[in-house]
Amino acid sequence: MRLMENVDLRKHGFTHLDALESESIHIMREVAAECKNPALLFSGGKDSIVMLRLAEKAFRPAKFPFPLVHIDTEHNFPEVIECRDKLALDLGERLIVRSLEDSIRRGSIVIRDESKPRNPYQSVTLLETIAEFGFDACMGGARRDEEKARAKERIFSFRDEFGQWDPKNQRPELWDLYNTRVHPGENIRVFPISNWTEMDIWQYIERENLHIPSIYFAHEREIVRRNGQLVPVSHLVKPKEGEVVERLMVRFRTVGDMTCTAPVASTACCVREIVEETAATRITERGATRLDDQTSDVSMELRKKEGYF
Amino acid sequence: MSTNTQLLRFITAGSVDDGKSTLIGRLLYDSKSIFEDQYSAISKSSEKRGQSSVDLSLLTDGLQAEREQGITIDVAYRYFATPKRKFIIGDTPGHEQYTRNMVTAASTANLAIILVDARRGVLTQTRRHSYLASLLGVPHVVLAVNKMDMVDYSKQRFEEIIGEYKRFAAQLDLPDVHCVPLSALNGDNVVEKSDAMDWYIGPTLLELLESIEVDRDVNTADFRFPVQWVCRPQTDEYHDFRGFAGRIEAGEVSVGDKVTVLPSGRTSRVKQIYTYDGGLQTAFAPQSVMLTLEDEIDISRGDMFIKANAHLPKVQKEFEANLCWLSETPLDMNRKYLVKHTACMVKSLFARLDYGVDVNTLEKHAADKLNMNDIARVGIRVQQPLVFDSYDNDRATGSFIVIDEASNNTVAAGMII
Repeated sequence: MRLMENVDLRKHGFTHLDALESESIHIMREVAAECKNPALLFSGGKDSIVMLRLAEKAFRPAKFPFPLVHIDTEHNFPEVIECRDKLALDLGERLIVRSLEDSIRRGSIVIRDESKPRNPYQSVTLLETIAEFGFDACMGGARRDEEKARAKERIFSFRDEFGQWDPKNQRPELWDLYNTRVHPGENIRVFPISNWTEMDIWQYIERENLHIPSIYFAHEREIVRRNGQLVPVSHLVKPKEGEVVERLMVRFRTVGDMTCTAPVASTACCVREIVEETAATRITERGATRLDDQTSDVSMELRKKEGYF
Repeated sequence: MSTNTQLLRFITAGSVDDGKSTLIGRLLYDSKSIFEDQYSAISKSSEKRGQSSVDLSLLTDGLQAEREQGITIDVAYRYFATPKRKFIIGDTPGHEQYTRNMVTAASTANLAIILVDARRGVLTQTRRHSYLASLLGVPHVVLAVNKMDMVDYSKQRFEEIIGEYKRFAAQLDLPDVHCVPLSALNGDNVVEKSDAMDWYIGPTLLELLESIEVDRDVNTADFRFPVQWVCRPQTDEYHDFRGFAGRIEAGEVSVGDKVTVLPSGRTSRVKQIYTYDGGLQTAFAPQSVMLTLEDEIDISRGDMFIKANAHLPKVQKEFEANLCWLSETPLDMNRKYLVKHTACMVKSLFARLDYGVDVNTLEKHAADKLNMNDIARVGIRVQQPLVFDSYDNDRATGSFIVIDEASNNTVAAGMII
């Protein structure tokens, strides 16, 4: 074991990142100790990459006491999938991938329009995967600062057998005493980084020197301008009539479904520069980048009630 | 943005009428923590409602049901940061029936902002909120006297209110009380100093939040380490490794320290303080670490490491506690419940219901049942001995939740006497 010399955190100050990290580790260990068959939902995005580092801190030198699970919309950016596979391999952890295509073949999902976002269907495949493996707890990298509905969700968020969240009937959550009990068929979603903000995530990625998909950094990309946002052109998103394709320096703040994730204009080519841009930005992460959440003030709340993560 | 900032968790207690949402909105807005898209969304909503200026209270409205009914139904957590600190706000509604929400948010808070309307002064709900803050051991309280603009920014009115409040607060266990006159609507003394109240020379609300000393809120003297999870990698490299994973809840520990494992009472010395980032010589609360010991002794989740030279916790199957009932289903004295305390889950029985406390008058009364939002003194018997401190000494080892085994709901929160 490496020994860090003269490390006394009090001299450096126990910072907000140290406090958040310790809280998240504590939460993950509660899941490992109390849940029979947990899983960690992992997408290859920045929040779930932070989750992996936290899991290393919680459980090493042992293996993770749970598999990584990705619900693949097959609308993902290739750079993200590449990063997902590389990280799982490097860590030597088990990665389970279940695709929306499986649900489509089974007939449990019927897609009406290929060019539309697949996020609304993700809950179906997620619930099918939970049933297939009998997971009683799924840890996810959602944060409360992302969205109003998330701001009211517990860290241990109980779901009924239909995977539904009932905001009016949540278990009270006091101190750090988490109630992990479920009946067979029910499960809980656990959000160990609930209290982290976008800024905390970037500061932590910088501090821990984490490897993230290249599209988080500024790069040149073909985009069209649609409803005040930059929409990336891809095999799924073609320019509409009258739209002009431009080549612009952009980066992604979130990396979800390619059809509904918009990049922002940026020149940030390292994490430090992203931290600086994040400090200066005046638009929320979802406001800038998620086309699907703009349809309604309450679209996230509705999706969560249907079993979305 | 600095990474060398401390974390402060606070709650806001007060009703909609006290301007609580406006205060939070003002705090976020004046500290530049509101984003343009959020601001444009609420300014559109304000316009739709026919309001002449942007209603900052709309920032904290979350769920569909709340918007429809114009109420706040649950605890919402919000975040903002200044160069000095990162803040987590537990935003709780002030309605009478929501004692449980305030108790929930207060359980993790370092500080409570209690709002009063300068025109109305100290009300029943002010007393209730202060009592709950003291019951939950919130170390710092700020009495925010809001709507000073409605009383002509009167120094005399402010002093009347804080005089009355301090007389009342003296009956409670509130070690650190601060009072600030402000107007959330106009932004006086929230972030910026007020020109209208030059008689007030104290800090603004944000200055207080940024400067109140929170390091001493944790018990630094008595080492407490509940074992959460035992790490046995069983790989070639770590063949004999047995790491006891947990978070240090109080005090500190160093390599070579003699520790006692409770409830068994066996002793050993700390061999390593293992972390992913390397070994530590010393670790302290609230770090999450893994400890290995010199000797092989039988240890499992729920056991607690302590140092024998410090104040000792109790190891008992019976204890007294203040209890807040959180469930719509009343307490049934004939049933067994589960108690979760540190990393232990044990069966329990309510042996006695000593008395209830009226949260409005603080008067004790005989009680034979407990309904949602009721607070009472109880005696509890548990199946296995628990290792605990009084809540006054240590919030982490003195608190517990009660779970209904049939519904799996969390039905009560307890603080050990």
